[in-house]
Amino acid sequence: MAEALDVLRLEAICKSYNVGSPMAVEVLHDIDITLTRGEFVALIGPSGSGKSTLLNIIGLLDHPTSGRLFIEGHETSTLSDAATTRLRGQCIGFVFQYHYLISAFTALENVLMPLLAEHGFPDQKMHDRAHELLDQMGLARWQDNLANNMSGGQQQRVAIARALAMNPALILADEPTGNLDTASSEAVFATMREVNRTNSTTFLLVTHNMALARRCDRILDLVDGRLVAASVLP
Amino acid sequence: MQTIFILFGVAIGVGVIVFMSALLAGMQANFIKRVLTSQPHIALIVPDEIARPQRLSGRGLVVAATVQRPAQRTRSIDQWQKIDDELRHWSGVSNVAPIMTMSALAVRGQASRSITLTGVEPEVYFRTIAIPTYIVAGQLRITADDILIGTELASDLGVGVNDKISISAASGASRVLTITGIFDLGSKSANERNTYTALRTAQALFGLIGGVTEIDVTVADVFTAETIAQAIQGTTSVRADSWIKTNAQFFTAVSAQEIANTMIRLFVGLSVAFGIASVLAVSVIQRSKDIGILRAMGTSRGRILRVFLVQGGLLGFAGAIVGAALGTAAAIIWHDTMRLADGSELFPLILQPSVLVGTVLLAAVTGVVAAAAPALRAARLDPVVAIRG
Repeated sequence: MAEALDVLRLEAICKSYNVGSPMAVEVLHDIDITLTRGEFVALIGPSGSGKSTLLNIIGLLDHPTSGRLFIEGHETSTLSDAATTRLRGQCIGFVFQYHYLISAFTALENVLMPLLAEHGFPDQKMHDRAHELLDQMGLARWQDNLANNMSGGQQQRVAIARALAMNPALILADEPTGNLDTASSEAVFATMREVNRTNSTTFLLVTHNMALARRCDRILDLVDGRLVAASVLP
Repeated sequence: MQTIFILFGVAIGVGVIVFMSALLAGMQANFIKRVLTSQPHIALIVPDEIARPQRLSGRGLVVAATVQRPAQRTRSIDQWQKIDDELRHWSGVSNVAPIMTMSALAVRGQASRSITLTGVEPEVYFRTIAIPTYIVAGQLRITADDILIGTELASDLGVGVNDKISISAASGASRVLTITGIFDLGSKSANERNTYTALRTAQALFGLIGGVTEIDVTVADVFTAETIAQAIQGTTSVRADSWIKTNAQFFTAVSAQEIANTMIRLFVGLSVAFGIASVLAVSVIQRSKDIGILRAMGTSRGRILRVFLVQGGLLGFAGAIVGAALGTAAAIIWHDTMRLADGSELFPLILQPSVLVGTVLLAAVTGVVAAAAPALRAARLDPVVAIRG
């Protein structure tokens, strides 16, 4: 059983493709990671090092070939597809490099999406929650704007609000500032840090930006599918 | 835009079905009305007399093995009162009218015309054949010396109400009757030949006192006439001819039309289904990224499946509502535009609510079924692959 404070624990996670064939490729080797509540951790590494694969496994979008994965103490390998989907919806929020908002929806509707996925039909409480999150992101005025009518920085903040909708314990951010200018990057990073401090939400931030990585609590360095260093920053 | 196109496609398909159904129902109703204006639902008549060959028993010798078909005499239905009483309690039978009908000659001065004289008991017969609604001159009165004739016969003989005509039976007996009413049954031949007098007058004229040559039966549901006729024939000594049997050619044509109509409905339904399926298949491809994100946000496969199934059903339902309105409007416009030379309707407009409701529901179900394949594909999308595009 994982420690109560452990939001995420990976034990000897391996991932291979084409298992059993001569073309088998192991992309992740014996990954052990533990993230506790309120940690803000950067995951860095060169392209092709396995960052996205690792993030997909942690996000329960992909399955490891071997090893064990715990989300808030739940061992995930034994869960059914429906239970995995439920756990993902309740415990994990995603922020992608390309915000991936639904362009036909307003900012408010995009934030409502995870709540609808969980509860079905919208009600006033859900609207209040979505509005509160957009307000927290400084986007209350734009809540009725269509997503594709907003700037890149605004869209990314809507995506953060969406990731926070279910008040998840863990947010996986895959290069959330990779597509933004410096000022917007700074604003988005500051927003995530603020959420992390206010809500004690654990963040795992994949980034190529070393300046941002250094401002995290910890850096995990992934090279060729192996964790080569884990730096604890002051 | 795709949604509008497919809605339009569904609407046209459903509109065609509604319009064709109204057209076919109107044609059938019109024909049935015309036929049953002057014809009973079931006519019970005396079976033909048959001459049987005589045989010698024991030695196998046959005498008079070849016989000629005998000429059919005019005979009364044997024990018709008993049959009449029995039929009044028959399930599905709403009226029973004994009549005497025979060919005769109507003479007025130098003019004469061959007619069918029907002797009736007005109070029961007019519940079977609604002559009162077709009276165009005079009144509906049939006493022992009265006769009702059609407009064509009146014109041919040059007679009007209260004029007298002589009716001669084949036996040579004749009687002078007063024309009390002239009717128009909407059919030239019926107006030329059909005439009605009192049953007792006809019995006296044709020398069959107390007899009837036919019992006309009305049934509650006209389409059960043949079944009831067969049941009657099976339990009585009379021959029972339903209007369905005597108009077999019409029913063959109706049947062919219904098959054609069903085939058209089937193909229209298939084209609607394929249209909805193709739009949703494209939609799944276009929205695969959104579907991937929804899955990542915790939306279950079942919910994704339901979203597309409901979308298919709504496309079918909404298109069908529009189509039902279009088809109804087209049928009304067609009914108001296509008229006979005298301005009367070609045939009645029949818009059955059950057809409208059924078509709309069927279109919704078709939409759901058509959405099944794209919906399954959407539900099975791997979120990682979908998001990566």
